[in-house]
Parts: sequence; C-alpha cells; structure tokens
Amino acid sequence: METAKSCVDDDEYLAGSGRSKKITGKQVGLGLLGLGIWYTVYKQLLPFSYFFSYNLLGLEKGSHMGEAIQFFVYDSPKVMMLLTLIVFVVGMIRSFFTQERTRRFLAGKREAGGNVMAALLGIVTPFCSCSAVPLFIGFVQAAVPLGVTFSFLIAAPMVNEIAVILLYGLLGWKVAAIYLGTGLAIAMIAGWVIGRLKLEHLIEDWVQELRAGEAVVVEEELGWPDRIDRGKEAVRDIVGKVWIYVLAGIGVGALIHGYVPEDFMASVMGKDAWWSVPVAVVVGIPMYSNAAGIVPVVEALLGKGAALGTVLAFMMSVIALSLPEMVILRKVLKPKLIAVFIGVVGSGILFTGFLFNLII
Amino acid sequence: MEIKVCGPGCASCEKTEKIVVAAVAAKGVEATISKVTDFQEIAQLGIFSTPAVIIDGEVKCVGNVPKQADVEAWLSQ
Repeated sequence: METAKSCVDDDEYLAGSGRSKKITGKQVGLGLLGLGIWYTVYKQLLPFSYFFSYNLLGLEKGSHMGEAIQFFVYDSPKVMMLLTLIVFVVGMIRSFFTQERTRRFLAGKREAGGNVMAALLGIVTPFCSCSAVPLFIGFVQAAVPLGVTFSFLIAAPMVNEIAVILLYGLLGWKVAAIYLGTGLAIAMIAGWVIGRLKLEHLIEDWVQELRAGEAVVVEEELGWPDRIDRGKEAVRDIVGKVWIYVLAGIGVGALIHGYVPEDFMASVMGKDAWWSVPVAVVVGIPMYSNAAGIVPVVEALLGKGAALGTVLAFMMSVIALSLPEMVILRKVLKPKLIAVFIGVVGSGILFTGFLFNLII
Repeated sequence: MEIKVCGPGCASCEKTEKIVVAAVAAKGVEATISKVTDFQEIAQLGIFSTPAVIIDGEVKCVGNVPKQADVEAWLSQ
C-alpha cells in the first residue's frame, strides 16, 4: 500500500499563492533545460561510478569491496533521479483525476468492462490508505458493483509508479512490464471473481443502511501552473519520505551483490523449489513495506539465483496484501469478506509466481 | 463561525487542520474548529474522500489539502 499521498511543507501552504492559469514560454524553456541537464547527468552515472570506485578509491576490479561500492555509487543516484522525474510527471497526471470523477465514471458500470476500467483508474487516481474507507463507502453509495470496487482497491496500492519505475531502473523494462501487466491482470480478475461470488451481504450492515448525504463534489479549476505545483508537491512528499528506504535497500543490495555467492538463493528460492512460491506469499502478508523499500531487495535476490516468479510473488504479497490495510478495511467489511479478498488475491499472486517460474 | 475538518487522522488530515487553524488566526475571525474522525459521520455529510473542510455547513474542499490562502478567502466570504 502506498504510504504517501499527504502533502507538502507547511511553508508552501502557509504562504499560499497568487495563481495564474497559463503557463509561460519561459517556464516551458526552463522545463526543457532541466530535462536536458537531467539526461546528461544520468548518462554520466555509470562511467562516474567506475571512475569513483576503481580510479579514485583505487579498489580492485572484481573484488568484493569494489563491486559493492561501485554498485552503490551507480545505483543510488540512478534510482533517485528516475524516481524524482517520474513522481513529478505522475503527480502532474494525477491532477487530472480525482476520486470523485473516478467514482462517477465507475457508477453503474457493468462487471468485466468495469473491472478493467477500475484497475486502470487505480493507477492514476490519487489514493492513500487512510482514504480507502471513505472511498469504499462512496463507491457503495454510488452503486459501483462490489467486484469493480475491489478491482480498484487492489490495483491502487499494488500497481503504482514507484514500483514500476524502480523495477525498470534496477531490473530492466521486461521485469517492469511483467509486474505492471500481471498486477493489472490480478486486480481485474480478482475483482471480477469477487463480484461473481455475490458477497454484497458481507459488507458491514451500517454501510448498507447508511443514508449518506448527497455526495459533495467541489470541482477545482486547475491551470498548468497548479498542475506543476502538484508535481512538485508529489516529489517533495514521496521522494522526501522514501529516499531513506531506497538507499537502505540499495545498500543491502550492494552487500549481497558483492559478498553473497552467485547461486546462494538458488536452492531456497530457485525454480526447482516449487514450495518457495506459496511460502513467499505467506511470508509477505504480515510484512509491510512500500514499493521503494522492497525493490532493491528483490533485485539482490534475483541477482543471486532466486527465480523471477518467486520473487515477484513475494513482492506483490508484501505490497498488495498488507495487515494494516486489512485492519482499516475491517471497519466496512465483515471478516469473511476480508478472508475471501486475501484468498482470491493470494491465489492470483500464487498463479503469477508459478507461471513465471514455468515460462522463464 | 463553525468549521469542521473531516478525516480519519492521517498526515493530510492533520496538515489540513493546521492550515485551518493558521488561517483562522491570520484572519482573526471567531470560529470553533472541530475534527470529524468517524467514518460514518463523515459519510453522512456526503463526503467520500478526505480531507474535507466544511465552513458553516458548506463543504469547501473534498479530497485534497487546501492552501492557506484559499481557506482565508473562504473565511472572508
């Protein structure tokens, strides 16, 4: 579950702002210049890491220490730069979507098509764990089918820009695409299955009986400067919170990279150990980490012979099935429905794990 | 003036409350500020995403943290 969606520095808000709706040529120019500098620096990171570790520090190429340091010096700025850029862009994109708009759009949608739309909207609609309950009530009140609601609730934390960009940065676009694709598929299918099971009676009674007021919608008029502000807020908020996890994760990754033997994990988490997939899922449920913290660990495990399916299953279980979220959802769902939710999503993750261990 | 800040108590909600308090102080208006944290109560107000700010029964913002300048403008209305 994504932890961060709160907000920015006090100063920014307390200062307030006089806002205009138009973007100026100067701002566009500055943006392009910034992007150019970003790209130039990004391209220098790998040569710099070699220079730093092997020339400047004089470490021996291929030595444990050298490998570990070079890995850390290359990976940390790389991941932080990617993260900053993408969080900024996604922050801007998110300003086009609100929970109100998503709810209105999904209201009365049929199953199947509704599940697909809900999972996709889960990626771009701003969402934080603490707004899960009001959002759920709103969806029920607006007659969004239960299964469609679940597709949204599964996709929103699991398929997020931070997970995808970190996988891309550390493991390449193929792993990122597999994660994105299977994450969406699990959200769509699990939601559809839950819808088919007709479990509406397992929503807490007070939610059903609630005679909520008419949904209040306050439309904001946002101009481009506001959207750029949203992007900056997202960077300050998310990057400001997760950088420590990213560095810690890469640090662990670096140690494993340099010091743990190549096939260390193969016997425990390798392809032949079929039981490792269910174990990975079960172990992942009580663990709670955001995507930023888990991806570097995933990278290290993969690098040491763990099978991709097993590692993906572990990662998805940690992010998508988390105890704190269950506790929050318990306020609106009866325990049986939470059990079904864990069962259905867990099965989807298991299936994904086995599938990729089989084909890759 | 009666101001309600709706939210279960996450970071955004607390920030919103701080901003409202600061705006009230800056404008020097008389207002009672209360927090609504119960999900049921929030839903009954017709609010399905948090944080939200209600001033004298009128919902001013839903689902995002307002800027202080905006809150001050609402207080002047």
